[in-house]
Amino acid sequence: MSSHIETSHEEHVVHGGPLIYTINLVALLILTGITVGASFVDFGSANVVIALAIATMKATLVALFFMHLRWEKPINAVAIVAGFLFLGIFLMFDLIDIDHRRDPTPRNLPVMTEKEAPTPVPGSMNPLLTPAPEALPAPPAVVEGAKEGEGKAKGKE
Amino acid sequence: MSTTTTNLPAHGHDAHEAHDEHNPFHQHHFATMEQQFDTSKLGMWLFLATEVLMFGGLFVGFGLMQGRYPQEFLEAHTHLQKFPGVLNTVVLLFSSWTMVMAVHAAQTGQKAKLRMYLLITIACAVVFLGVKYYEYSHKFEEHLLPGIFYHHQATDSLPNSWGYATFFSFYFMMTGLHGIHIIIGIGLLTWLYIKAGKDEFSSAYFTPVDLVGLYWHIVDMIWIYLFPLYYLIT
Repeated sequence: MSSHIETSHEEHVVHGGPLIYTINLVALLILTGITVGASFVDFGSANVVIALAIATMKATLVALFFMHLRWEKPINAVAIVAGFLFLGIFLMFDLIDIDHRRDPTPRNLPVMTEKEAPTPVPGSMNPLLTPAPEALPAPPAVVEGAKEGEGKAKGKE
Repeated sequence: MSTTTTNLPAHGHDAHEAHDEHNPFHQHHFATMEQQFDTSKLGMWLFLATEVLMFGGLFVGFGLMQGRYPQEFLEAHTHLQKFPGVLNTVVLLFSSWTMVMAVHAAQTGQKAKLRMYLLITIACAVVFLGVKYYEYSHKFEEHLLPGIFYHHQATDSLPNSWGYATFFSFYFMMTGLHGIHIIIGIGLLTWLYIKAGKDEFSSAYFTPVDLVGLYWHIVDMIWIYLFPLYYLIT
């Protein structure tokens, strides 16, 4: 065991190298070309998926070769993958949350209403609170009765 | 050759050898130079994870608001020109290559090459910011600005332009935060260049070059996602 470790310390291995890096750069540029080309073609809603899939491929290439993750100690990969994992959890719960809201637009901001004096919502503690739900684009079909309580609770925030 | 290193993993990092006792950069609280290097590196990766989470929050917010204002976001996208976006992508990818070449030069002790590649990387970062300046001034002229500063003739007649304002809030927040990272990167690269000029790096000690390299690559990686999100999805 110890002799094995000794020898590994003797090796002057430098991972990667100009050839690998240059090939990686060329691959990244080709992928950039593909994603730009694909953006001129209309695949409908698949355009977003294609663009993000190619971006993920590019990010993986950068991480594996430019950032040496391919040769790195696994603990470093654990650190960064954990970061992405928690980002995924964050995104997942946000998507669940947004599905159950009638209108996620924050109402307590004076944005876009500076032209007309903001009218306070009756009973609201916040003078900047704009009523104007009818001025906003109609929310996608919602069962009124089911979400009524939630809407009221939000208005008081 | 010290045998106190035997408790370290077998596939330890290459250029950091056990003859560290004499290395002036070896800090006393680390058993070996290799341990010191690995510790710095893990710390850097943890920092990069927090960077992913910081930008991740903005990406998630962008995604949710795009779901809320799909039509407005789609129209707002048309105000972004593809060409500067593509140019900046290529510049940043190339700078990632020069950065990794700089790290390689440091690892192998090629000092002249190290300084050359660092200089090219700085130049690329400056070009990137130049293109950003061009784009931003274009947006400023058209008042395509975040939040309450957004005014555009195409949308002034609408009852509200929440969606457009939200889009440009995200645009400036995300590309601006990324731009700040580029500026910090230029500072770090300049610092490396000065240190390299003083001949501080060798194949036995190149930790700062390696870590700034990691930082530079994560900045590139964030742009890899920003680019299609803002410039390509139409």
